[in-house]
Amino acid sequence: MNIIASEASRRVLRLGLLSGGFILFAGLIGMIASFHEREVVNDFISLGQALLLATPFLTSHVAAARMSEAGEDLRLALAGGLAIGLLTALPTVILLLFNSNEYRYLLDASLKLLPFVAATYLAWKSHAQGNEMRQVAAAWLVSALLIGIVSFGFALIFEVKGDLRGVFVNVDRDWVEVVTFDHRRELWTGIGLLLAASAGAGLAGALMRIMPDIPRRALLYGLGITLVVGAFGETVRLILQENLDRDTLREIFRRDTLRQNAALVLFIVSTLAGFLWAMFGGRAQSEFAALDNSRRHMIRNLGMLLFAALLLALPWLIGRTLSDVAVTIGIFVLMGLGLNIAIGLAGLLDLGYVTNYAVGAYILAVLTSIGPLGLFKGAFTFWMVIPVALLAAMFAGFIFAVPVLRMRGDYLAIATLGFGEIIGKLALSDWLKPLIGGAQGVQNIPKPFLFATELKNPEQLYYIVLAASLVTLFVSIRLNNSRTGRQWMAIREDEDVATAMGIDTARAKLLAFTLSAATGGVAGAIFAAKVGTVFPNSFTVFISINVLSLIIVGGIASNPGIVLGAVVLIGMPELLREFSEFRFLMYGALLILMMINRPQGLIPSKLVMHEVHAGVKPKVSAGD
Amino acid sequence: MAEKGKNGQRRILEATGMTKRFSGLVAVDSLDFYIPEGAIASIIGPNGAGKTTFFNCITGFYQIDEGAILFEGARISGKTPDLITRAGISRTFQNIRLFNNMSAIENIMVGQEPHLRSSWIGAILGLPSTRREDDGCEDRARELLHFVGLEGKGDMLSKNLSYGDQRRLEIARALANRPKLVLLDEPTAGMNPRETIETTDFIRRLRDELGITVVLIEHDMRVVMEISEHITVLDYGRKIAEGLPRDIQTDPKVIEAYLGSGAAQSNAAAEPSI
Repeated sequence: MNIIASEASRRVLRLGLLSGGFILFAGLIGMIASFHEREVVNDFISLGQALLLATPFLTSHVAAARMSEAGEDLRLALAGGLAIGLLTALPTVILLLFNSNEYRYLLDASLKLLPFVAATYLAWKSHAQGNEMRQVAAAWLVSALLIGIVSFGFALIFEVKGDLRGVFVNVDRDWVEVVTFDHRRELWTGIGLLLAASAGAGLAGALMRIMPDIPRRALLYGLGITLVVGAFGETVRLILQENLDRDTLREIFRRDTLRQNAALVLFIVSTLAGFLWAMFGGRAQSEFAALDNSRRHMIRNLGMLLFAALLLALPWLIGRTLSDVAVTIGIFVLMGLGLNIAIGLAGLLDLGYVTNYAVGAYILAVLTSIGPLGLFKGAFTFWMVIPVALLAAMFAGFIFAVPVLRMRGDYLAIATLGFGEIIGKLALSDWLKPLIGGAQGVQNIPKPFLFATELKNPEQLYYIVLAASLVTLFVSIRLNNSRTGRQWMAIREDEDVATAMGIDTARAKLLAFTLSAATGGVAGAIFAAKVGTVFPNSFTVFISINVLSLIIVGGIASNPGIVLGAVVLIGMPELLREFSEFRFLMYGALLILMMINRPQGLIPSKLVMHEVHAGVKPKVSAGD
Repeated sequence: MAEKGKNGQRRILEATGMTKRFSGLVAVDSLDFYIPEGAIASIIGPNGAGKTTFFNCITGFYQIDEGAILFEGARISGKTPDLITRAGISRTFQNIRLFNNMSAIENIMVGQEPHLRSSWIGAILGLPSTRREDDGCEDRARELLHFVGLEGKGDMLSKNLSYGDQRRLEIARALANRPKLVLLDEPTAGMNPRETIETTDFIRRLRDELGITVVLIEHDMRVVMEISEHITVLDYGRKIAEGLPRDIQTDPKVIEAYLGSGAAQSNAAAEPSI
């Protein structure tokens, strides 16, 4: 019991300090203050405060889950949640004290004390390991000296800079306002509030975990929906704006944030819905599974039909701004599906995918532009050039694939990375300047026409992207479940053995690179028509990395995963533009979290069933 | 010395002066050998004798430095592995090398590659001929799954199969090619006695039911002596003996290679134990 308790307390300590460190870090880099500017619920909670509370909540939720798995006392889990809440706030509280005028001496004092305390701790550790007294003393001296030098350095810096802000620029008024819940002037009240809120959130997280399953899921559902709707208030408002009248909208939103009443209603409704789903969802699913084939097919087809109708009506439902985002997402879906042929199916780690995107964009630009660089001054239309862009990208893909056919894995990745860079440099080069305009790029690319209608709005361009994505999706599903797809997968799994099976691997790899390039070219051409200008800055290595990341986050070789990955990785940053400075930080954090916790992606790829046909139930369970 | 197989059988595989060097080390040294058509033949020899290198040379994984390999009278040395497979030679690997993240049945479908004609364009357009071929490929894969006793496990990822099942699946994949000659690299490695007996029977069925010539590398002498009709013994890349099991068992050179030079003399008179 004692051992278990000490292990549990160690885990609580570790998780608590981890989440405390995260909150401190988020404050130091200005994330909390920046997130505070977006309100989740009007005059009630901001995104920054939500971050402050969600961290201990989730951490203690996880801790309690582990404890209950280990079969420990419920009270222990609750105490753990409370402790995690307090520990989460602790580093921030210390920083608050150091930052305040009255208690600044604490910083000075702790910097002076630190060497002695730390050295004594280390010496004690060394003693506990059974070292001789002479060694212990030496350890104490050396570590006191070393840590002393460092902390003396810090003290000197703070002395020179005057206060903490001189070093940590983000530890400013705004930050203090957020973490003290608007009690900047009464420091101790603020600290008390912070500790109480954090402890409350921690306790709630633990409490939530040890609740019975159904209300737990319902509450999580309700909280999640409310938080997401609140955080993306602006987006939701834009969607509703298309479909609701002004007065109703004003009831729900105050400017871009959810009103308190509306939030409450939303929370109750979504919790209720979550409750109903948790109660009856499982039964509905098992009933669905028990239906005979034709019925299930009918329901499934009905669902597909509804989804198709939703996709078609989307621009009307979400309005112009969001349609624009949808087009960008669509362009990345296209590239994701294309790159997936190389990476997901054939296992060829291509880091130069931007090459194809650039080729498609420049081909369309040069052939259709009515500006000075346009070769034909608008004689060719978008629709005529799209096939040319596709073929040109395929050709580029083919050409770049030939020299790297013999390379595998890391070497291939580096070589293709180089190709991506070459394309960027070529686009900027003086040599090609007469043709593609160097840094200025190609301008005046006309919008596509369809039956004499200019498709100039994102709502209209959306349909081009949608059609292209659907075609690509269709092709990639067909290829996935074909001889060619299986050849690629075999190469991905073991190239030598694939050769031994009689596969002409060089040919199959060339085909993978070439087909993969095709959609990149189409995506580039659509991008060029959408923006109207093509210049080298649009074609950096970050395009390749973005596409790769969305495949990894969504699920390698999984088509629905790639669509979801594009929505998450491309759509979210578009909607959270005001936080764009943290974009790559969040990107990186997300990728690391995914790799650790869910390496197969959000929607893992599914096996194609061959022995028992998909949709046909196996004979053994036909009786029930 | 049986220069011709029994009943003057044709030789399905034949090599003359086959040599493979790895920067100075001669792994296979001017080897002359043959495999009679329709036989179950074994390659044996101490560790490092060059048995797997020998397989790799035949299947084109390695290019030989000298000599020639003939399969059904046609030269295959110098060709790439995929062409050799297409000619009708299949193999399994000493350390199982399945396509791990593909289902068992997909592994077998890939194995049928030499007999498939459909193209990616047909797959995208869903042409009737492509569909027919795909269905046929799937049916044949199911048959093979049944033949090796893996029915019901076809839609499992091959990495999730048990060790014995993986060995069977690898053989099924090798059979998918409808080979005339199959090379099995230590098919009973890591198996318990019961599984070994099952595998031995299974190898016999390959020859008796499917008419495939089988060559195996094997360490288990009971298996070798029980099912082989023709044995080639390698040591340091050279052939030291060749012939029927009972000749090999008494061959002093073989005993020397396995047990050392002293053993050869003292054991020559006694019943050999290998």
